[in-house]
Amino acid sequence: MECWDFKQECMNRESIEQLQLERLQATLHRVYKNVSHYRQTFREIDFMPEDLSSLDDFRRLPHTSRQVLMENYPYGMFAVPLREVVRLHTPALNIDEPVVIGFTANDLDNWAELTARNLSAVGVGKDDVVQISLTFGSVTGPFGVQLGAERIGASVIPMSSGRHSSQVQILRDFRTTTLVSAPTFALRLYRTMMEQEIDPKTLQLRIGIFGAEPWSESIRDDIEEKLHITATDMYGLTEVFGPGVAWECSEKQGLHIPEDHFLAEIIDPDTGEPVPDGQEGELVLTTLTKEAFPLIRYRTGDLTRMLPGDCPCGRSHLRIDRILRRCDNVFVMGGSRIIPEQIGKILNRISGAAPNFQLLVEREEDRDRLDVLVEISNDLFFDQMKKQRRFVEDLHSALSEFLGWEVGVRLVEAGAFDPAQPVVDKRNIR
Amino acid sequence: MLKLVNVNSRYGLIHVLKNVSMHVSAGEIVTLIGANGAGKSTALRAISGLQPVHEGKIFFSDKEITNAPAEKLVRQGIAQVPEGRQIFWPMTVMDNLEVGGVVTYSLHGKKGLYDAIEGMFQLFPILKERQNQYAGTLSGGEQQMLAIAMALINRPRFLLLDEPSMGLAPLIVKEIFSVIARLREEEGLTVLLVEQNANAALKVADRGYVMETGKIVFEDTASNLMRNQEVRRAYLGKDKREIWE
Repeated sequence: MECWDFKQECMNRESIEQLQLERLQATLHRVYKNVSHYRQTFREIDFMPEDLSSLDDFRRLPHTSRQVLMENYPYGMFAVPLREVVRLHTPALNIDEPVVIGFTANDLDNWAELTARNLSAVGVGKDDVVQISLTFGSVTGPFGVQLGAERIGASVIPMSSGRHSSQVQILRDFRTTTLVSAPTFALRLYRTMMEQEIDPKTLQLRIGIFGAEPWSESIRDDIEEKLHITATDMYGLTEVFGPGVAWECSEKQGLHIPEDHFLAEIIDPDTGEPVPDGQEGELVLTTLTKEAFPLIRYRTGDLTRMLPGDCPCGRSHLRIDRILRRCDNVFVMGGSRIIPEQIGKILNRISGAAPNFQLLVEREEDRDRLDVLVEISNDLFFDQMKKQRRFVEDLHSALSEFLGWEVGVRLVEAGAFDPAQPVVDKRNIR
Repeated sequence: MLKLVNVNSRYGLIHVLKNVSMHVSAGEIVTLIGANGAGKSTALRAISGLQPVHEGKIFFSDKEITNAPAEKLVRQGIAQVPEGRQIFWPMTVMDNLEVGGVVTYSLHGKKGLYDAIEGMFQLFPILKERQNQYAGTLSGGEQQMLAIAMALINRPRFLLLDEPSMGLAPLIVKEIFSVIARLREEEGLTVLLVEQNANAALKVADRGYVMETGKIVFEDTASNLMRNQEVRRAYLGKDKREIWE
């Protein structure tokens, strides 16, 4: 078994709990002192950080939602002054109320350790060549992987996504051994290989680490068979580092959460109460080591469950099931989370009205596509064909610009879809 | 090896330790840093049984030692070097070491005691030169070495050091810390070091805790703490903060 940090990853349960208690107490003291939102919410429930002596006390604390992050835009949730922040990421979640996430030098260092653990756990070593084909932009994914791979001493090729034929060329010529990308992107590369008559067996590629969108076991089988690699899952969200939050080891039996850095809970998304062990619910994370942007009981919106028993790999940290669904309307596509209300805002701005709309997500063989169906109404009805076409074009360019990739826009007649269902995800992930 | 879980302690009405949790693994050098009056020495005294623990538990080698009397802890292998070089001034260096080695004497007899004293002379050669001198006439650094030798003479597994650098020249501090690092390397000694001299302490330690008004506000590796701006500002002599800096 490859273990990047044996001491931390294979710690016994008692030591993990002690370390979590210590770090949780320290984190609560810090956020109480430095983050006015937490100071206020703790006071509202008459909680002083020094009162915390067990996890039961901890469960009294309110959850932190994405809404809270938006309300405290830009730097309200920071626990350190800006000059100590060395990196800022703004995931493209919202148009008018973005979210800013900061990292101190120590945060980046911890993050590198976490992604190094992830990469080591699937067999990446210092002799490997890691091609990162995730979109380099405002989301954290590729940056975290890069830090970890460099920490291990592997050779990193930051490729971003797109440019399939040059990606394939580099995959072959640079003797890439590890591909980090979205799973559908790997399948797209396979198609390019077929077009260029390159046999995947002749490549050095042996490991694939995939994330940025939900993917099923059947896609895993498909990728492993076509590319002759072992494919593992990684999970992360920008608010909490990004990759390194949870990952599969080479056993592929659920995703490990590094418990020395995070405290994970599973709650019932409706009541907010913890669910019994093993039952599905929403993943809630508390950061234990983050300096710049600590989060207390942050609701991820992702549905999963704790897996019982120990992993054969020997790591003692808990495991969660693969994350395939969310508990809200938000969906993950192309590495970013898409919030229907935000699409609605753009729609309203362009059209000057509030039309009904539906987001239709489909998975073609090797890529996901998003279509925005807009219900036509009197407000949106133009007597000239030219104006009508212009409207669709404006909408298309505004949405594509916001998301950073191409979106389809279709005007449909009333009754073509159920307006109560803003998102239809036909990707058939399960 | 040592574990504190939600330890609370009060001086009368003053709540000094507020749910303090920390741990020291075998073979580790851990430092507890913080400003004057933060509660560092109280935490150390609570561990060594000199200060009552009102709530919470302390474990040593998986056995609970909360509020155990200090003399029992010495026999379990815990030794404390108190703040301010508490040695017997009107006695010679040799006499001091003999007093310090009372546990060794009771276990291994006279020969055992003098072998142990010889060991201390090897560790701190200057003490051998000064062995017949009154302890009160030693220099500050020599007194601190004697205080440490008095704790080490019973070959403890776990050493609690309270402000060993106080009032000493930087060069002497360096020498004392290098002895501590050597003992860890050679004999696997585990050390909990309370220091106001955060810079020197973090250089020798593996991990550190930062204490503020009776609460632990940071736990991290020593190298990360040294890089942490808040710690640098508060304890390593940097300036104040503004959110929009």
